[in-house]
This record gives sequence, structure tokens and C-alpha cells, in this order.
Amino acid sequence: MEVLWDNPAPVVVRDVVRALSDRDPAYTTIMTVLNRLTKKGFVRRELDGRAWRYAPVASREEYVAQLMLDALSLTGDREAALTHFVRSVSSPEADVLSQALARKPEDDEL
Amino acid sequence: MIAAVHLLATLLICSWAVRPLATARWVWRAPSTGIILWQLVGLAWVSSAVGLLLAIGLAPYDAPIPVALVRWCRDLPAGVSPLWRSVLVVVGLLVAAGVAVALVVSWFSVLRVRRRHRDVLALVAREDRALPGALIIEHPLAVAYCLPGGRGAVVLSSGALRALSRDEALAVLAHEQSHARERHDLVLLPFAALRRALPRLRLVTIAADAIALLVEMRADDGACRQQNASSLAAALRRFSTSSARPPAGALGVADTAVAARLSRIGDGAPIRPALRWFALLSGLVVASTPLSFLVF
Repeated sequence: MEVLWDNPAPVVVRDVVRALSDRDPAYTTIMTVLNRLTKKGFVRRELDGRAWRYAPVASREEYVAQLMLDALSLTGDREAALTHFVRSVSSPEADVLSQALARKPEDDEL
Repeated sequence: MIAAVHLLATLLICSWAVRPLATARWVWRAPSTGIILWQLVGLAWVSSAVGLLLAIGLAPYDAPIPVALVRWCRDLPAGVSPLWRSVLVVVGLLVAAGVAVALVVSWFSVLRVRRRHRDVLALVAREDRALPGALIIEHPLAVAYCLPGGRGAVVLSSGALRALSRDEALAVLAHEQSHARERHDLVLLPFAALRRALPRLRLVTIAADAIALLVEMRADDGACRQQNASSLAAALRRFSTSSARPPAGALGVADTAVAARLSRIGDGAPIRPALRWFALLSGLVVASTPLSFLVF
């Protein structure tokens, strides 16, 4: 995932293997991981000639923002999903975060 | 008719008991007893409401509720019982089904939120050598929470790490780990489901908030057994001033809840066992009344 985030353009499996060469990963391992990430919706892929090119669906910051939104929201299922150290009735931060996340897709279209 | 009177009495007792139990101070000294008591009251409340509807609807049969229910089903095509009584029976059955469905739906959507959360955590969280056992996410806001489940995870934001000293962070970690270990999410789930099913009912909100506070107190106790009580109190104070704050003018439950938790940390005098057993026994009696009518 780090490699995908560091590359502005979509990458092929071989690029990831090369970027991680210090850990000497197997080609098939990387392919399996990328496939799994694709299935979970974290990575999208497109066919380029004969190879799949992979790109992250969202930036690292957006994922962190999603986690924080889960952590700060005290409504509905999010309330029951996590137990907090300190609970508060309303959190303005959560509103700001959800607005920021809602705005994001529009920015992408521009 | 006797069943209906008993069930009505139980329903009234449970509804009446919610406010005193929510404001009682003695449960703070025995949070686990309080948590069990709330579960019993919740169970008794729902089952006596369902039972009351069934008992009035099935009164002409003059038989125990399960037997009468079978006869009512048999007589339904013939249209023997008056319409309003049948409507009561149907409403009672719908309420019972609704509560069961709300529980199941809540459970599965909670599982979905958690699975997604766990996947995202695996992508962006890191471990910190200074705080083994916790996952850290990079964000300036201070949050600390527990992701319950088979493999429970404790998550702190880097903002929380910066705001806390090492001892305080360890105390927060111990607090969250006792949430994860004792599966407090399962205790809270029925009340979250009830709140979802009856969002406008004050009694449900009061009960849900009270049990959430007791669960926090129980976790505080767990943290105090492992870590320094004064570190936990300091961490609580820091969180209530540095993180999510309710808007000015509206004194949030968070403030009163934190004040309540602070007031009892380090003052761990448990209540007398006799009082604890008396409370549990009363809860059992209240809960068994409607259940006995529904089962026998």
C-alpha cells in the first residue's frame, strides 16, 4: 500500500516488487496482496495492454479521516461498534470531518 | 386477568425504577452489579410490555399465555375472539419480533462497521514501541478507543499520545484493554438496539447512558488494578479538556460523566456483599415475573 501511495501513477505488480526489493518479496505474494486489496475496495485496477495497473482508491489521509469519523461519531451503529475512553454527547470535530469527507468526491471531479 | 395485573405491575416497577437506578450512587461502587441489574430491568421491561399486550388480548381463553396463544391461532380463521383483542395480540407479537430483529440488525451492522474499520486500521495504523499492544493513527485530535471483537484492538491517535505522559498512556491502554477483555460491547448492544428501535423514549436514553457510564467505571476499575490510579485520573482530566468538547452553553453528559468517574477513582470502597446480593435478587425477581408468565 505504501508503494501505491508513493507513486502518483498506477503501477504494475513488477513495480511493487522492485520498490520492495530490500525485502525480496515473491511476485505471486505481491499479486495476491494486491488482488485482496482490490477485492476489499482499497485498490482499483485497470487493464493496460496485458498487465493490470493498480492505484489506491483513496489517500492515506482520507482513510485516517474515516477512522477518526468512526471514533468520534456517537450515533447509530458507530456508537455501538467502538467503546471510547471518554464519550461526549456531540463532537463538532466529527461534523467537520464528515463535511470534509463529503466534499472530497466533488474535488476529484473538478 | 391475574397475569395482566402482574405484568402491568412489573412494567410499572421497571419504568419507575429507571430514574432512581440511573441516579443512584451506590451502583457506582459496584459497577458490575449495576450492569447486571440494568440487563435484568431491560429484559423485564421488554418482556412485561409484550406479555401485557398478549395477556389482555388472550384474556377470554383464561389459560396460560403459551396455551392461549396456540388456541388463538387455531381460532383465528373462525374469528372467535373480538377484533380489538386480536389486534392487541398481533401488536404484542410484532413488538417481540421487532426487538429481536433490532438486536440482530444492530449486531450485523456493528460487525460490518468493525470489519471495515479493522481493514482500514491494517492499512494506516502503526505500532509504537513506547506503547506495546496499541495501534497508533496519525491525527492531531486526541482519541482513544477500543475495537472490540475476537481479536480486540486498542487504538490511540498520535494527538492523544502527545497529550499524555507515558504513565497516563499506559493507564488509558489498560482501561481500553479491559473493555476488550470483558467484551463490554456485548453489554451495551441490547441498549443500543433498544435506543435504535425507540429513539424518542426518554427512559431508554436514560438507561443507555447510565449503563454506558457503569461500563466505563468497570473499565476504570480494571485499569486501576494494573496501573496507577492517579495516572488514570490525570488522563481523564486531560481528555475531557483537550478532546471533543460539547458546544459552549450546553453542559454535556461527558462532563458530568467524567466528573462522576473522577470522583470514584482511587476511592475503591466496594459496597457490602449483603446489599449487592439483595440488589441482584430483586432484579432477578422482577425479571422472572414476566418471563414466568410468558413461558408457563
